[in-house]
Amino acid sequence: MADQHAAANQPLPANPEKATLEGRNKYLGFWFFLGGETVLFGSLFGAYLGLRGSTEGAPGPDELFHLDLVFIMTMILLTSSLTSVFAVINLKRGHFKKLLVWMWATVALGAAFLSFEIYEFYEYYHQGLGFTVSAFASSFYTLVGTHGAHVAFGVAWITTLLIRYRKSGITLSNAPKFYTAVLYWHFIDVVWVFIFTVVYLLGVGG
Amino acid sequence: MSNSSTSKKSVLWDWLTTVDHKKIGIMYFFGGLFFFTIAGLEAMLMRIQLMFPEMSFLHEQTYNEVLTMHGTTMLFLAAMPLFFAFMNFVVPLQIGARDVAFPFINSLGFWLFLFGGLLLNLSWFTGGAPDAGWTAYAPLSTTSAGHGLDYYIMGLQVSGAGTLMSGINFLVTIVNMRAPGMSMMRMPLFTWTTFVTSMLILFAFPALTVGLLLLMMDRIFGGAFFDVAMGGNVVIYQHLFWIFGHPEVYILILPAFGIFSEVISTFAKKRLFGYSAMVFATMIIGFLGFMVWAHHMFTVGMGPIANAIFAVATMAIAVPTGIKIFNWLLTLWGGRIRFTVANLFALAFIPSFVMGGVTGVQLAMSAADYQFHDTYFVVAHFHYVIIGGSVFGIFSATFYWWPKMFGYRLSESLGRWFFWLFLIGFHLTFFVQHFLGLIGMPRRVASYLDGQGLNEMNFISSMGAFMMAFAFILLVINVFVSRKNTDDVQDPWDGRTLEWATTSPVQEYNFAQTPLVRELDAFWHEKQFGDGRMKAAEPLDDIHMPNGSILPIIITTGLTVASFGVIYSTWSIIILGLLINFGAMFVRSIKEDHGYHIPVSEIKREQGEGK
Repeated sequence: MADQHAAANQPLPANPEKATLEGRNKYLGFWFFLGGETVLFGSLFGAYLGLRGSTEGAPGPDELFHLDLVFIMTMILLTSSLTSVFAVINLKRGHFKKLLVWMWATVALGAAFLSFEIYEFYEYYHQGLGFTVSAFASSFYTLVGTHGAHVAFGVAWITTLLIRYRKSGITLSNAPKFYTAVLYWHFIDVVWVFIFTVVYLLGVGG
Repeated sequence: MSNSSTSKKSVLWDWLTTVDHKKIGIMYFFGGLFFFTIAGLEAMLMRIQLMFPEMSFLHEQTYNEVLTMHGTTMLFLAAMPLFFAFMNFVVPLQIGARDVAFPFINSLGFWLFLFGGLLLNLSWFTGGAPDAGWTAYAPLSTTSAGHGLDYYIMGLQVSGAGTLMSGINFLVTIVNMRAPGMSMMRMPLFTWTTFVTSMLILFAFPALTVGLLLLMMDRIFGGAFFDVAMGGNVVIYQHLFWIFGHPEVYILILPAFGIFSEVISTFAKKRLFGYSAMVFATMIIGFLGFMVWAHHMFTVGMGPIANAIFAVATMAIAVPTGIKIFNWLLTLWGGRIRFTVANLFALAFIPSFVMGGVTGVQLAMSAADYQFHDTYFVVAHFHYVIIGGSVFGIFSATFYWWPKMFGYRLSESLGRWFFWLFLIGFHLTFFVQHFLGLIGMPRRVASYLDGQGLNEMNFISSMGAFMMAFAFILLVINVFVSRKNTDDVQDPWDGRTLEWATTSPVQEYNFAQTPLVRELDAFWHEKQFGDGRMKAAEPLDDIHMPNGSILPIIITTGLTVASFGVIYSTWSIIILGLLINFGAMFVRSIKEDHGYHIPVSEIKREQGEGK
């Protein structure tokens, strides 16, 4: 409570997300968490690489993947990383309205990416790639679907933050929350870059 | 316990909602002890079945279930939580902190462990426990009938999530919350091993998460990861499991190394020999722990090059471990050794663990491993390191920190009976199993034939197990009969580290003023060169404390209900559970909770009482 009153009167420090011990704890803890997430996705990539040739007569990567669609999805997600960077710049400058606008843009792009992914899975399913038809299918859906679930969670998380703090201004207690949400968002973008390379490019070209 | 600010709450509500690291530590202790007892009874059932050849005490299927649950429970639900108990209670005190970095998540981690463990054990009452060994290798696990393996998967997912959170919590606590002057290289060894252990948890558990996820996909959603007919590959599961599983055994031994370092240094009245070598040896063991997982898979057919690489990497671990053994010996050298129960366990650990280490190097020779693999030689090896290392560490820590945790000392004379019976029972049980393995007795088999030369040694082994069980009863009795030993509990062992500078039982806020650390073994330094009290790093002021919360238990309940739904593939239950889970998370997210302050007048009053 004291923090919020103080924030109304005093200018925020240069890095509001790390100005309090709670903020520093969240910041560091979240980096550690992303370290664990890296192993999680690394394991899923490993399983996928081990099974990607096992199509067992069901449709395989070269028949299914259309790089134009995946290219659009990649551009959407990478742009959403850019908008979240703009949000953080405004967080550090204390421009709360602009922070909200750029975060909403990030959410919108994330949702657009998700709808493309749902469309993509729907298409593959109708081309005969059910989850159970081959080891390739299981590992593809599990890897890409886990990433998609992360995007969905990120969209829900950031939306919650935006609604909860729509009128509060930047405070020392919500700055770390926005900051860690953006860290998370960058992380799932980086994972997508690997999925784009390992799953789609290797699938079509490799 | 301190009840100054919680007097309005009932005792039960207080414990259900607490975010105090000390109370969570105590709950971890009793949770771990509960599962330790269950898993110990399961071990006794197996030893009764194997006491004589061709016994029919347990049905073969039941034997498989008991065997699986013994291993799973001991590792995930007994040994790890018991270490978490001491980490939670002791580490914030040792670094001079008021609490852990994330008290709420600390509480959440505990409840996830407990509910995950209960979910796993619920399988006994719903038609059969998991029966595919603690490793749950596919395709045995993916084709196992009934729902036992589904309980295994979901129970471990729930409790594993709690473990991962606790790991991150300890990492951030140790990096960010140290008192002024407590540089990394002044941290007590137990804090250091907690730090490295938490790193291992952070990077190992996600591999288990994925392994279990893939099992779940195959068993419940019809996936084809491990179905060879659909192009699946069962070896992927073995890799994922052991990428987690090998660091896991270091997760179980490193905290014990930390405990022995504290105990040996305290009871030899000497500074730990080679402190920095100990720290770096811990880090090297932690690093190499990730490099050797495939030595569990020598007989799978990875080929001679892979086997050779993993064999050499495995043997390399003996080097930092040897450094540690010699440092403990040299700490004892010339010290004024006191043979307390805590120290007896530490002293017994050294030869017992070295024996387990030697058989470990034998097993690391991949060519020879073809002979040892899946025999009782392996069983003897890992019980020598896990009991001789981890369990001795837990018992040592129990006697060492009991006065700080519970405000009374355990009886030393009864404790010595416990120690000797347990030590002799342990060696009786497992020493002969080396030879049972070498003459060909396979592990994980419910019986053996008469006239194979196995009878006598199996009987001896079972007798040893009874001795251990009897010794454990003495420990439980000790807990009850020693309750009057409430004198001299503040610093009973003439301790060296910061936890002994607090009152016993410890105040809710740990330190009225954050202590100023001037040297390694901070409290000992003040005893030798100061006035025997820690210098304060801050003026006496109001202390900010986090509020308790019921939300962790609600989040956990939701997740457990959803997991139960997954086990029976019932979408309504899954959705209900997830609604509870995410609903409580949502409440937590939007509710600003700024905690409360303990006024300086109350602290002064309590400090006055403490003297």
